[in-house]
Amino acid sequence: MATTAPQVDTASAATAALRRIVGSQEAVLFLAICLLLVVVGGINPRYVAERNLESMLLGNAYIAVAAIGMSMLIISGNIDISVGSLIGVLATISGTLATAGYPIVVAWLVPLALSMLYMALVGAIVAYLRIPSIVVTLGMLSILKGGLISATGGTWISNLPAGYHLAQMQLLGLPMPVCFMVVLTAAAALWMRYSAAGRAVYAVGGNAEAARLAGISRERTLMMVFIVHGLFVGIASVLFATQLSIIQSTVPPNLELSIITASLVGGVSILGGTGTVIGSTLAAILIAAIGSSLIFVNISPYWLRAVQGILILLTVLADLMRRRRRAVRG
Amino acid sequence: MTGEARAVGQPLARLRGLAFRHEGVLLTILVAALGVLALQSDVFLTADNLLNQGRLMAEVGLVALPMTFVIVTGGIDLSVGSVLGLCAIVLGYSWKNLGLPLEGAIVVALATGTAAGFVNGWFITRVRVPPLIMTLATLALYRGLAEGISQAHSVRGYPDWFFVLGQGDVLGVPTQLWILLLALILCAVALARTTFGRALYAIGHNEVAARFSGIPVDRYKLAIYTFSGFMAGLAGCIFVSRVSTTRSDMGTGLELDAIAAVVLGGTSIFGGVGTIAGTAIGLVLIQLLKNGLALTGVKGDATIVVIGTVLILSILVTNFVQRRQEGDR
Repeated sequence: MATTAPQVDTASAATAALRRIVGSQEAVLFLAICLLLVVVGGINPRYVAERNLESMLLGNAYIAVAAIGMSMLIISGNIDISVGSLIGVLATISGTLATAGYPIVVAWLVPLALSMLYMALVGAIVAYLRIPSIVVTLGMLSILKGGLISATGGTWISNLPAGYHLAQMQLLGLPMPVCFMVVLTAAAALWMRYSAAGRAVYAVGGNAEAARLAGISRERTLMMVFIVHGLFVGIASVLFATQLSIIQSTVPPNLELSIITASLVGGVSILGGTGTVIGSTLAAILIAAIGSSLIFVNISPYWLRAVQGILILLTVLADLMRRRRRAVRG
Repeated sequence: MTGEARAVGQPLARLRGLAFRHEGVLLTILVAALGVLALQSDVFLTADNLLNQGRLMAEVGLVALPMTFVIVTGGIDLSVGSVLGLCAIVLGYSWKNLGLPLEGAIVVALATGTAAGFVNGWFITRVRVPPLIMTLATLALYRGLAEGISQAHSVRGYPDWFFVLGQGDVLGVPTQLWILLLALILCAVALARTTFGRALYAIGHNEVAARFSGIPVDRYKLAIYTFSGFMAGLAGCIFVSRVSTTRSDMGTGLELDAIAAVVLGGTSIFGGVGTIAGTAIGLVLIQLLKNGLALTGVKGDATIVVIGTVLILSILVTNFVQRRQEGDR
């Protein structure tokens, strides 16, 4: 008797877990990606050709990487609107260092360090001075964007040294950006799920007061999550800088929107406290897949943004419905 | 007894004091900036230049007014720039491609803006989608519709009478500045002196309490998001008239300019605090800084650095003053 009871428990726990997985945002996104590949691939087989799939992933991996950090930030109850401008600035710094003759490793690592430093500053303003992150990063967006354009005049950086193009390299036969995306997503997911620090991020985002009573320092958790976000943004900026043979030293338009969209479509609640980084990566892939599919089914690419908007709305609505049903059930 | 009464009255009085104090800080910055910039450039403090700046300010201003309402209730509307773009395209498309008379096209454009705002408000109040997400989605959606409808074609060749709206003067003052002034006064009165306006503060402070007090929260919220869409549509028509052409990327980033003006004006992003007067000062300060710096030889892009800095600093200073006072008591 004593031995059967736990078995029943594990069995029902397993079915409950299965149901949770199937009903999760991640599963919905994964199915949506598969469905898209099958349907559009059926209409036009060139869509699922290796070359197209690869360019789709390569061109958007940096968005997925940045969206990991953004997801953590949103889970903690904050947001970063300056991320697009920051990536533009960091990519320019990286390219400038590389062409100025510094070792390539320096050109790769300095953006990471600067990004973490910048996020530490923003985090300190948010955590200790209690200015809302949306306001701080709104101001920072202007500063970074204006500073970049007036410093460089929007010129292109070319003549990048050989060996600089990290994003064009391969590791074990896989393109480097895809490796980064997969490894970083897995690491971040494990960290958020199993480490005390990761759980603290959820706690602070869900209920800061309860977290404080449980002995979690709001300030220190926020500082940490901003700096970790800075690390991911730094990596994303290097991937962005090294993917083409030139770096256009301007801010990529609407980049912050693409990154935030990936996080939100991935199931991160803007109210904080819930969401996963796996969802945001899948969402980034889905959005890239949708963008690429329009051309293959003969829809003018000018409709892309409208499709994206409808997509965000649908996923948000699905999320709300699911939550409401869960709330009703008990 | 007296202690109790004071404890009840104090938060309100303090709040009002704070709002004034922030506006005071801003006015000081504004006057200082005016003085410095006037010394740097002969052109800056001339009627011609200032009126022209008013012309450039009108579109952001028209959008920043309803944005103040929205932020006072604790919400946000990120879609206004896209609504402006969509209305501009609808205006051009229904005039050029559908062959409507331009007057009809303007009505259609304004209706489109109103509808776009209504959709935002409907989802926010009925489906309870958080405003940040809803308007982020429609930021992409409305801009996407504008791009899809226009297919990257611009529309030109509007008749001359249409340009009165964006390039003409009435009594020596730019037409759109009159419109902005009128809207400003109406909004200021509505927010400060009507039940509707007071209800917006109540919603921003505590929405649940507002609901229990019998305030029609959903109806009011629906109304302000719809109003926001309408004003963005109006700003769109003025924009088209000012630059005499229609393009789908019009108004990109407008939401950030408007939010910056509102927040700089002392409206709390958490809701419950803020005034139209503050927004007006914020607007003027941003525009004059942009213009004055450009006149003193700072390149256009560097001026937005200053705006970002002013935004962050003004909030830091206000926050610092506020804390000092709380510490004193």
